[in-house]
Amino acid sequence: MGSRASTLLREEEIEEIKKETGFSHSQITRLYSRFTSLDKGENGTLSREDFQRIPELAINPLGDRIINAFFPEGEDQVNFRGFMRTLAHFRPIEDNEKNKNSSASEPLNSRTNKLLFAFRLYDLDRDDKISRDELLQVLEKVDVEQKMSIRFLH
Amino acid sequence: MELFFNPFDNLLCILLGISFTVWFTLLLVFIIVPAIFGVSFGIRRLYMKTLLKVFEWATLRIERGAKEKNHHLYKPYSNGKVYLDSAPEFEMSDIFYFARRGVESIMDDEVTKRFSAEELESWNLLTRSNYNFHYISLRLTVLWGLGLLIRYGFLLPLRVTLAFTGVGLLVFLTSVIGLLPNGRMKNFLSEKVHLMCYRICVRALTAIITYHDSENKPKNGGLCVANHTSPIDVIILASDGCYAMVGQIHGGLMGVIQKSMVKACPHIWFERSEVKDRHLVAKRLSDHVEDKSKLPILIFPEGTCINNTSVMMFKKGSFEIGATVYPVAIKYDPRFGDAFWNSSKFGMVNYLLRMMSSWAIVCSVWYLPPMSREEGEDAVQFANRVKAAIARQGGLVDLLWDGGLKRAKVKDTFKEEQQKLYSKMLHNQSLN
Repeated sequence: MGSRASTLLREEEIEEIKKETGFSHSQITRLYSRFTSLDKGENGTLSREDFQRIPELAINPLGDRIINAFFPEGEDQVNFRGFMRTLAHFRPIEDNEKNKNSSASEPLNSRTNKLLFAFRLYDLDRDDKISRDELLQVLEKVDVEQKMSIRFLH
Repeated sequence: MELFFNPFDNLLCILLGISFTVWFTLLLVFIIVPAIFGVSFGIRRLYMKTLLKVFEWATLRIERGAKEKNHHLYKPYSNGKVYLDSAPEFEMSDIFYFARRGVESIMDDEVTKRFSAEELESWNLLTRSNYNFHYISLRLTVLWGLGLLIRYGFLLPLRVTLAFTGVGLLVFLTSVIGLLPNGRMKNFLSEKVHLMCYRICVRALTAIITYHDSENKPKNGGLCVANHTSPIDVIILASDGCYAMVGQIHGGLMGVIQKSMVKACPHIWFERSEVKDRHLVAKRLSDHVEDKSKLPILIFPEGTCINNTSVMMFKKGSFEIGATVYPVAIKYDPRFGDAFWNSSKFGMVNYLLRMMSSWAIVCSVWYLPPMSREEGEDAVQFANRVKAAIARQGGLVDLLWDGGLKRAKVKDTFKEEQQKLYSKMLHNQSLN
């Protein structure tokens, strides 16, 4: 079929991802297309090199840590499910979700999970604590003035 | 012996003979002769208009079909945007800003998407450019099948024949002209021959080109600078004017073409070893532009093929030699066929076959007014000024990123500079 996506996403998979992450159908297909275009090896998974190829990420002071957040402990490849799971943390919280009862497990983009994601960016050795050294290490590379724009391109 | 003779064979031979003759006559009259004289019957424009109407119908049909089945259509630029939270306002929140930017660039960044083909909103009946192609209606599938038949059964052989004719004539005639003594006659003939052969090649690709502002066409002793999308750019520009080409000598068929071209008029070909020597390159270029009798040089300063949605960093080498620069903007219409050469995905032959089996290649060429380096401007600033003009005219995004990022990673020095900037700011903050 198309030369781009060698394995098209099946409907059941899209439904599962929808349930797990809350993304819409069109968002999932769009992100899948992005996933396949990043996957230069065309083996259905992304490695760290695939992420580092993005120039805007490479010059981000937190670039390496963000990349690490995609990979579960000790692994070097992330598949599409894992990719979406991590991206789901950044989905905006909609109003109708705030009132849902937590009968199911908490959605990935809840306030708590967002904070957990950010916490893990500080917590380098993954011991669930931020030590003074880890904090200083981050602050070394991060400019406290938010006005500094990374995208110096329009 | 009698057994092998069949009255039908005779008939078949006669029929084949007649159809070949008819075929070649049509070819000659409608395509090659106009190419030689530079006139056009307007057949290609009519073809283009018809195609557009068919595409519109096809796209509407898909959208209607999708609505009926309640499917969501994949549209590359709408609806799919994932909006991100804005960072809350407390101290350790700085990390949120950078984390967000980082993840944004993972989802979509300005650079890597320039190195793969542009995504289209409408469908142009080529499976290679559509995500939503599943069985929608019988009529659409029939249309697609018909399109396939026409493209591969009729257009492709026609174009391949023309391509061979064009290239063959080029090699043969330039070698013949090379035997003449240098002088006005030789230059005149060489110009005519080059133009004729490139025009045949243009028809071989069914390229429908619109030239704008031809009064700004590059003159002798100047440098013609254009954005690069594919090797076809050369054919498109050279069929409207005569240029001296710059490049590396290849082996094989390319090498043969290059060697014979240089017999008729002075092109600048470099050996592989000479390419690295920047001074040598600059010297040869400046020697060429100083000789006002020589043709303007055609150069693509991006250094690599970009997918025609943006213009990337221009290498400053060609802007240092001090000649007048004639910028040219080339914009392809992606509805008819994607002209971008993704050299990491397709080899040259594969690419040419894809080009020749698309519907057509429609593009616009704008000749921009000449520019020269101003007082107090260095080569990089001059290059950026030219680049901005080209981007503005062609409706392309003007990026500062280097096209070399297609293959290489961001230089570590570049990364470190960014980080140095940040820590300096932090240091200043903490001193206050």
